Amino acid sequence: MSILVSAIGQGLLWGIIGVGLFLTFRILDFPDMTVEGTFPMGAATAVTAIAHGVSPLNATILAFIVGCLAGLVTGLLYTKAKIPVLLAGILVMTASYSIDLRIMGKPNQSLLGLKTLFNSPLFAKLPPYFDSIFIGILIVAIIIAILIYFLQTNLGQSFIATGDNEAMAQSLGINTDNMKIMGVSVSNGLIALGGALIAQNNGYSDVNMGIGIIVVALASIIIGEVIFGNLTMNQRLVAVILGSIIYRIILMIVLQLGFNANDFNLISSVILALFMSLPILEKKYNLKRIIQRGLK
Amino acid sequence: MTKPIFQLKNVTKTVNTGTPEELNILDHLNLDIYDGDFITVLGSNGAGKSTLFNSITGNITPTSGDVIYKNSKINKMSVVKRTKFLSRVFQDPKLGTAPRMTVAENLLLAEKRGEHRLFNLRGLKKQIPLFKKITAKMNNSLDKRLNTPTGNLSGGQRQALSFLMATIKRPDILLLDEHTAALDPNTSEKLMKITNDTITDEKLTCLMITHQLEDALKYGNRLIVLHKGTIAYDFNSDEKKKLSKEDLYKFFSEK
Repeated sequence: MSILVSAIGQGLLWGIIGVGLFLTFRILDFPDMTVEGTFPMGAATAVTAIAHGVSPLNATILAFIVGCLAGLVTGLLYTKAKIPVLLAGILVMTASYSIDLRIMGKPNQSLLGLKTLFNSPLFAKLPPYFDSIFIGILIVAIIIAILIYFLQTNLGQSFIATGDNEAMAQSLGINTDNMKIMGVSVSNGLIALGGALIAQNNGYSDVNMGIGIIVVALASIIIGEVIFGNLTMNQRLVAVILGSIIYRIILMIVLQLGFNANDFNLISSVILALFMSLPILEKKYNLKRIIQRGLK
Repeated sequence: MTKPIFQLKNVTKTVNTGTPEELNILDHLNLDIYDGDFITVLGSNGAGKSTLFNSITGNITPTSGDVIYKNSKINKMSVVKRTKFLSRVFQDPKLGTAPRMTVAENLLLAEKRGEHRLFNLRGLKKQIPLFKKITAKMNNSLDKRLNTPTGNLSGGQRQALSFLMATIKRPDILLLDEHTAALDPNTSEKLMKITNDTITDEKLTCLMITHQLEDALKYGNRLIVLHKGTIAYDFNSDEKKKLSKEDLYKFFSEK
């Protein structure tokens, strides 16, 4: 039971990463590799700040700001220097490795014995792992509420239009470069925020913790889409979070089968590849009917 | 004589500069557009029709010459800034609308063409009655599909929507780039008629590229023929009335 609770808590926190990537990958419609750099950067920033006596809340906010700045660099390289977005992301991702080492001064930093958002006395009475569910739900709710509001504003609509049809957006007077810069910044801010929370939950930060993040984030998005199908924009944001929780549960089951944590990235990729090929497999073999027949 | 609202003065656009393929796709082109002009633009492929439009919208910066809007030079004004007074309909139905956004959302975006967009709520519901009214005029059941993503519409409906989006906020200049060319003859004729009615009723200033000689003669009060990046003929309303399809054929074969 406690493993399931832990999986749900993890799913909520990782869902923030999924929502962050959703802004670029689905709304702006381009793959942003920066996330592999901003995730550990958020973790490094928050953990180092906490180690230097900054309050966990302020440290987390600081991580968000640092992530926004890294995203801003990618956005400027992409729109102003006209570097292809995939390469711009890889450049910032690579550079951030050195920056993370500068921030922490060493490859990893423990939070042992230090205050984090999760070991606050507020949660002392909760059963184990419920702290991450509590904080996860709270932060996810705040982020989704803000995003839903934003997407309904005139600026938010211009942001969606930019990803949907750039030529049209420009012909209606929308500055599409600015929309992209804004999107990449906020997206990476959210991913750094997620990194800060996950590092606090794990109790440490490591420069290598960013490897494979984009696959995990994509898995949340794709699983949500495959399982819940056609949804409105607002529902899709929630679907990403649910997708992230489902992904964590699948992962938990796989790990229970005897795989160890070193197989993690392999398993992540396999799960994502499976879900991404599901629509094609479904068409070819009519999986739904087979499953329905099996259940009767 | 009234002053033109938009002028191209000696506009030249050179491509492949310094190579053997160097070419002036616009060659010292002069055009004065007056308020209320409905100009049909003819020209063979490569005559510079699209380049002419792109230099009006700012997608292309002329190599030399001036672009003048209401007496001020706007050579370097960005595409986005020019949308304050300009709107256009593309030939390709896919280009004019955002496929994953609904018909109503697209119209709402178009209603704010050229305006600053900030953190105020979009207020979609308030606009629905207006959107219903204007889409009903298109006579193609667009009004019943306000909440449909435009990606699910037919090409004809999408093009009709693109036209509505270009005119929902009155532009000083409307550019139509063969906007009925991708449609079947019946749908094309319907949209052309609505286009003409709207332009006449609202006294819009419009340039329309077309390859249909009949349309070029039937609609508008001025006709220009482009050839090799410059305006070969410019017929005013009276001259245009005397033109026949045969005359136009002759202009093309002469060149």
